[in-house]
Amino acid sequence: MIKVLEINNLTKKFGGLTAVDDLTFHVWENQIYGLIGPNGAGKTTVFNMITAVYAPTSGEIIFNGESLVGKSSYEIARAGITRTFQNIRLFKEMTVYENVHTACHLNTDYNIWDSLIHNKNYKSGEKQIRQEVNELLERMGLYERRDEVAMNLPYGDQRRLEIARAVALRPKLLLLDEPAAGMNPDETNELVKTIRGIREDFNLTVLLIEHHMDLVMNICDQIVVINFGKEIAKGTAQEVQNHPEVIEAYLGKREEELLHVDA
Amino acid sequence: MEYYLTVLTLAGINLMVVLGLGLLTGFTGLFSFGHAGFMCIGAYTSAILTVTLKVPFVIALIAAGLVAGAVSLLLGRLTLKLKGDYFLIATLGFGESVRLIFDNIEPLGGARGFSGIAKNSNFVSVWIVCLIGIFFLVRLMNSRYGRNFTAIREEELASSTIGIDVFKTKLLSLFISAIYAGVGGSLYAHYMTFIKPSNFALIKSTEFTIMAIIGGLGSITGSVIGALLLTILPEVLRFIADWRMVIYGAAVVILIIVRPKGIAGGKEFKDFFFVVWIRRLFNKRLAKKDPGNGGKL
Ligand SMILES: Nc1ncnc2c1ncn2[C@@H]1O[C@H](COP(=O)(O)OP(=O)(O)O)[C@@H](O)[C@H]1O
Ligand SMILES: [Mg+2]
Repeated sequence: MIKVLEINNLTKKFGGLTAVDDLTFHVWENQIYGLIGPNGAGKTTVFNMITAVYAPTSGEIIFNGESLVGKSSYEIARAGITRTFQNIRLFKEMTVYENVHTACHLNTDYNIWDSLIHNKNYKSGEKQIRQEVNELLERMGLYERRDEVAMNLPYGDQRRLEIARAVALRPKLLLLDEPAAGMNPDETNELVKTIRGIREDFNLTVLLIEHHMDLVMNICDQIVVINFGKEIAKGTAQEVQNHPEVIEAYLGKREEELLHVDA
Repeated sequence: MEYYLTVLTLAGINLMVVLGLGLLTGFTGLFSFGHAGFMCIGAYTSAILTVTLKVPFVIALIAAGLVAGAVSLLLGRLTLKLKGDYFLIATLGFGESVRLIFDNIEPLGGARGFSGIAKNSNFVSVWIVCLIGIFFLVRLMNSRYGRNFTAIREEELASSTIGIDVFKTKLLSLFISAIYAGVGGSLYAHYMTFIKPSNFALIKSTEFTIMAIIGGLGSITGSVIGALLLTILPEVLRFIADWRMVIYGAAVVILIIVRPKGIAGGKEFKDFFFVVWIRRLFNKRLAKKDPGNGGKL
């Protein structure tokens, strides 16, 4: 097996606040790896460092043996890491089709002259992309809605569209930031199937942030649990689930939160 | 007749600049109050080439676009990394600097202006250039480059995480936009036969932005409507003399309240209901003749 992603001693400070604190974990090829922890634990900040939205304060991010620190977001996407966002960031006024169509821009190589004179390069390139978009929309169950404007979609479909857009680049590593947030149990079950399915179909490795404990336990091969930016447990779902610190920091807190909501 | 042609020619010249501005503002989401500066550079470049160096007009026209484009690359390198509003202020400063620089170049006539330019453009040539401009812009927007411009307008962060080099793509948009403005400037110089730096002041840049917004941002059809309407309107209002610009201003305010997304409202001509309706009619007729093609053109 191959190590796809190595996070070594990664730290991010925002002024006096240490959002991610000396975090280390390794993701292997074809794994679905879970990154979990209570709200504000620093999970999204890890994604933001991997995709160069923020520069790490210190530590290493190594993808397929190459360091990513210092690269730009677009270079990292081109290298094979794509992501979704916790607060969905679609191209809101574009249609479902156009969202995915745009993301296919690297799957062809016609240049600007080709597109002005509509030569063979342009035509075959566009034809190939069109086919890819249709296949991907079909695969993600969005084909029927392809002409709808993204911001008018139901929440669950918006999340799925964002995954489709990320997969359109044919990444090796897919980062999903709370993909089930706001979904009902049926939609969540459907999502689990979709994530497993696309991992097979596109030979993906998945790193997943999630709040739904059942989803995480159900789908992840390996899990790292963090709190206040620090690792508190690492291992399989069973191993982590019974870890006293996890129960205290995460599950305990979750129950409190639930009680809070009920009250 | 002569008068109407003049108005329509000026509308075409404005359209050329507004098409470029529409690409930058409407499709890429970057506001510019310096497009009169690019127009000025294009106007002076082609005037110098035809008058001083006796270069044929067509070559001067192309050179005007390329020189304006080259200057935009310099400006873009310095300013496109700035966040939104700062870029706008930089373009405003740029436009005014260009005017002031030409004000002070005495060999080119300084503030008194540059005269004796041959009248090489007319109604027909201006509108031929406009049609070519529209044609290329439509094709550009139907390519991966065009889609990337729109993506940046919609969601810059998401654009970079799907592999779009945001800086380079913005620079490309600014470059093409400046070429259109430079060509517009060249057409202007060779239609008016006399240019002076104050023709290209901030008020001119503002007018172009108003045309793009009133016509409808994010639509080539909108640029055409905006440039035509707002060039013709002040002429139609000429009979009320002093009140002309007041009415013009009021019309702009009312339009923006009634149609905040502009007259075209982000749609293209082919998507307007009556065009869709006519096309459907055509499709039905064709379907009857040849049922095999499923009613598609
Ligand atoms: N850009 C930022 N500036 C300052 N603080 C931030 C920034 N982004 C995140 N933080 C802080 O870092 C901590 C971790 O945030 P985040 O990674 O979003 O947590 P999680 O995704 O685990 O809920 C929080 O305390 C948050 O307020
Ligand atoms: Mg988060």
